[in-house]
Amino acid sequence: MIAVVDYGAGNIHSVARALKRVGAAFDVTAEPAAVAAADAVILPGVGAAADTMRGLRYARVDDPVVAAIARGVPYLGICMGLQVLFDRSEEDDDTPCLGVLPGDVVRFPEGLEVPHMGWNQVRQVENSPLFAGVPQDANFYFVHSYFARPSDPARVSGTTDYGLEFTSVVRRDHLYATQFHPEKSGLVGLRIYANFIRLAGQTPAPEFD
Amino acid sequence: MLTRRVIPCLDVKNGRNVRGVRFSADVDAGDPVELAARYDREGADELVFYDITASAEGRNIMVDLVERVASQVFIPLSVGGGVRTIDDMYLMLRSGAEKVSINSAAHRDPDLIRACADRFGSQCVVLSIDALRDPESDPPRWTIYLNGGRVRTELDAVETAQRGQDLGAGEIVLNSIDADGTREGYDVEFLRAVTESVSIPVVASGGAGSLEHLRDAVTLGNAHAVLAASIFHFEVYSVREAKEFMAASGIPMRLDPYR
Repeated sequence: MIAVVDYGAGNIHSVARALKRVGAAFDVTAEPAAVAAADAVILPGVGAAADTMRGLRYARVDDPVVAAIARGVPYLGICMGLQVLFDRSEEDDDTPCLGVLPGDVVRFPEGLEVPHMGWNQVRQVENSPLFAGVPQDANFYFVHSYFARPSDPARVSGTTDYGLEFTSVVRRDHLYATQFHPEKSGLVGLRIYANFIRLAGQTPAPEFD
Repeated sequence: MLTRRVIPCLDVKNGRNVRGVRFSADVDAGDPVELAARYDREGADELVFYDITASAEGRNIMVDLVERVASQVFIPLSVGGGVRTIDDMYLMLRSGAEKVSINSAAHRDPDLIRACADRFGSQCVVLSIDALRDPESDPPRWTIYLNGGRVRTELDAVETAQRGQDLGAGEIVLNSIDADGTREGYDVEFLRAVTESVSIPVVASGGAGSLEHLRDAVTLGNAHAVLAASIFHFEVYSVREAKEFMAASGIPMRLDPYR
């Protein structure tokens, strides 16, 4: 079963609707044991780093999420679910994060309109199964003011140009995370969810298979 | 590169889509859920629903409508009309809206913008401005009207846009009452006055009648997005035609295969 971690993130219903649309079997859960035992984990997220970390700790799902990743089950992080994987974010006067991936999260520099909000292209820099069937430079929907800087360039799976080239998709084995919101990115976004549930051993609905 | 957006607007009254001219006459323009699905297929970048009844009953219909659309259409949805409190905003976000626009209530009590931005984040707080150009003033000046254009204020639209940004609004929808429903073009001068004064995205609204109007709002008015109702509802142009025309004019647009 895929566990969609419910720690109070605002976009959880949108994520659940998209999963339903592609035919996923999943549980929206705040139960630490269910997260730790899941076959796959989805961590949605929207908002600020400190709120997100507080929400994860308060629900006591921070350690189970890290444990599930360490076990090597497929993981999909969305927006804040990407950012909190790193060591720290400079948001909210420096917020320590989960430390699963080495690197930090920083604000877009002065002079750029923030938040970066709207449709922008993702340049796939590797062949990732998460992007199977997704054209190069397809547009996805972004809403964020901070972006991740992985220390290890091998973690960069996709990039996006917003005045500067930033990492918009990261990957390590079966850990995947996107800065954009696939649940708000039309058909290519649903394709991302369909690909992920396939990685989690499920068969997507016929039109997404 | 960040693309510019084309946003079909659905004016909803008692659960039906209607379209008025200069904020008045109503013409039934179809079922909003069906229309939303059609616009999504054509490549709409976002959808806006305005509840023009704006009553408590209308709000419940809206919540139901947004939930139904959100389970079929996977692009950002915005909702506006009759949003007066943080709780109103919460209800709309929970039903599946990505953004909520506040109009009259925010002009009467600007602290509402700050309160909503603190609670939900600037990205989902849209300040909606309905304004009429002062016929006599030079340089031009635009004055804000409330309650769907019925109540005049003394508020200057450009100053109000700046204050809205300072209070935490993440986007501004700029609606020219003069141009609304006329299909004679957006008020490009108004757009430019506001886009030069704020750094948050500005959405052009009111007056689109041709593809050139959509283009001009971006190239001359520097709008981040163009909102239109009649030209899409009555199939004068499809959303796809609009986006292809704008792209051919050199504007970065999202033109992925939609189906």
